Amino acid sequence: MSFLEIKDIRKKIGNNEILKGINIELEKGGFLVLVGPSGCGKSTLLNAIAGLLPPSSGDIVIDGQVVNDLHPSRRDIAMVFQSYALYPNMTVEQNIAFALEMRGVEKAQREAAVKQVAKTLQIEHLLKRRPSQLSGGQRQRVAMGRALVRQPRVFLFDEPLSNLDAKLRVEVRAEIKALHQNTHATIVYVTHDQIEAMTLATKIVVLKEGMVQQVGTPAEIYGRPANLFVADFMGSPAMNMLKGKVSGADGQQGIALFGNDGVRVAMPPSVTTSLPDGKDVILGLRPETITDAGLVDPRARATARIEAEVTMIEPTGSDTFVTGKLDGATFTARTRSDVHVELGQKFPFAFNLDKAVVFDPQTTSRIE
Amino acid sequence: MSATQETVSAGGARTARYFIYAALVILALVYLLPLYVMLSTSLKSLDEIRGGDMLALPRDPSIAAWVRAWGEACIGVSCVGIKGYFWNSIKMVVPAVLISTLLGALNGYVLTKWRFPGHRLVFGMMLFACFIPFQAVLIPMARVLGTFGLSNSTAGLVIVHVIYGLGFTTLFFRNYYEAFPDELVKAAMIDGAGFFRIFWRILLPSSGPIIVVTIIYQFTNIWNDFLFGVSFSSGTSSPMTVALNNLVASSTGVKEYNVDMAAAVFAALPTLFVYVVAGRYFVRGLMAGAVKG
Repeated sequence: MSFLEIKDIRKKIGNNEILKGINIELEKGGFLVLVGPSGCGKSTLLNAIAGLLPPSSGDIVIDGQVVNDLHPSRRDIAMVFQSYALYPNMTVEQNIAFALEMRGVEKAQREAAVKQVAKTLQIEHLLKRRPSQLSGGQRQRVAMGRALVRQPRVFLFDEPLSNLDAKLRVEVRAEIKALHQNTHATIVYVTHDQIEAMTLATKIVVLKEGMVQQVGTPAEIYGRPANLFVADFMGSPAMNMLKGKVSGADGQQGIALFGNDGVRVAMPPSVTTSLPDGKDVILGLRPETITDAGLVDPRARATARIEAEVTMIEPTGSDTFVTGKLDGATFTARTRSDVHVELGQKFPFAFNLDKAVVFDPQTTSRIE
Repeated sequence: MSATQETVSAGGARTARYFIYAALVILALVYLLPLYVMLSTSLKSLDEIRGGDMLALPRDPSIAAWVRAWGEACIGVSCVGIKGYFWNSIKMVVPAVLISTLLGALNGYVLTKWRFPGHRLVFGMMLFACFIPFQAVLIPMARVLGTFGLSNSTAGLVIVHVIYGLGFTTLFFRNYYEAFPDELVKAAMIDGAGFFRIFWRILLPSSGPIIVVTIIYQFTNIWNDFLFGVSFSSGTSSPMTVALNNLVASSTGVKEYNVDMAAAVFAALPTLFVYVVAGRYFVRGLMAGAVKG
């Protein structure tokens, strides 16, 4: 049985339906990331789980117990807020101990628990300070300490890294991951950053306009996005979306890009249904599946070599992103950094179609 | 940037600054003049006052008038000085300030962190209360105090000032708490703190500047109030301001200007004291509200 169940949660504020029937299940020890653009309802959903914003309908079940009518403090959850929400008038020690104090835990026990957590997070030297005397990263740690000390059934994180600078964000992200691996805590984590979602999650839920777009492991979400929105939202640079038409010119089904049989590629293996000739489709290719000829995966079953004009070159050091232009549309390829490319040059791009996906432009869903 | 620097030469800017400082000094002197006259007159003898220059320093400073004002001056028919009235005022001001500040804080807390349908209307009506002239509430208030048997008592005056101050104190705290992050309240809720616990442990300890502002504001207003004092008290239960008026306005015997002035200084001392002690927090608190709110 699932540890955390979210059953048909709806939330209406005024005439605006913010959550339109959300169903999610999470096993014990799982790391669930709710990801989506701003306004998709992910924070609302997290607040509903916390009990801070009661949903209009639906059930939230933790460990078999329906918690709908339980006060936030009785749900046995802990939350880390975007702004950290450290009590400014209390020392770090008092901040961490506050929840225990509210539960009536003995002072000696409280101190031991705080010490334990401070040791785990390496903030022992900060215990006597006030939040205003801490750096962003330190505040973040204290906020996590405050959650950890309660040993809750579920941890809730509300965009906890968005106030940190880029370098610190990567560090703390790794710390959160390590924390999850060491404690096997059950975590629900909200972010708009798809990289955070990919790196941390055991299960990702992509939300848009109050509806679940896809639920899956990071690999599923990345490799087999359910629809155009998920495909576009997850991954950076974004997935290339090339228009095409199904064409069976030589008896083998393929896709003529831009309806042009001159740039025809084989039907990707991810598509198993047979499609009628002439059907409009969108071919989705991650930048790393379009490369220079030397980088083609030797195991690839279906590849294509297509020449296109180079319109932009963005070296990142490890790789170079090359933008190619084909029949008026552009796509981004990820080539080795030492490949010789020049602007305006006709460059032979190698398309690896093994990992390509195909979408129906009408329904925006992926065709299997 | 450079264009504006060119239009004002260094010399011109300096001249302008001297001019501004000169104006400030002159204005400060003008404002301080009454205080100076009060203090110097209170230290003079009656003969010196009658014969002399109002602005001259006392020839032979004496605190005799102060002693008289405090313990011997006649207010109405009793000649026991103003000290009893001074304590009346203290007994009125301290509870009235503390209660109205605390209730204002509680109101502000509810109006920002525990919003209920119609909270805007409630706040609007409280604001409206700030602008009702004192005179308009005198008779209804007298009636209410009479009904509760509180006419002519310090407790009655405390209630009047609490009620009348509530609009302002609520306004102060509401604006301050408006900028107070909601997430802190949510975090405290998850941590298991209830309504009052969040207020006592989280909000109130973080409200230093606005508490100081409210206390100064309320203290000054209530201490200096004359209208409510003269309307809802009489005789020996009057506050300081009323007693001062009675002292100065009494027409029997010789007019003792030095005693009047000394009594006036006594009446002004507590508010002066509060400003000197907490004045810098006052400005800081006002600024904090202004920038964040």
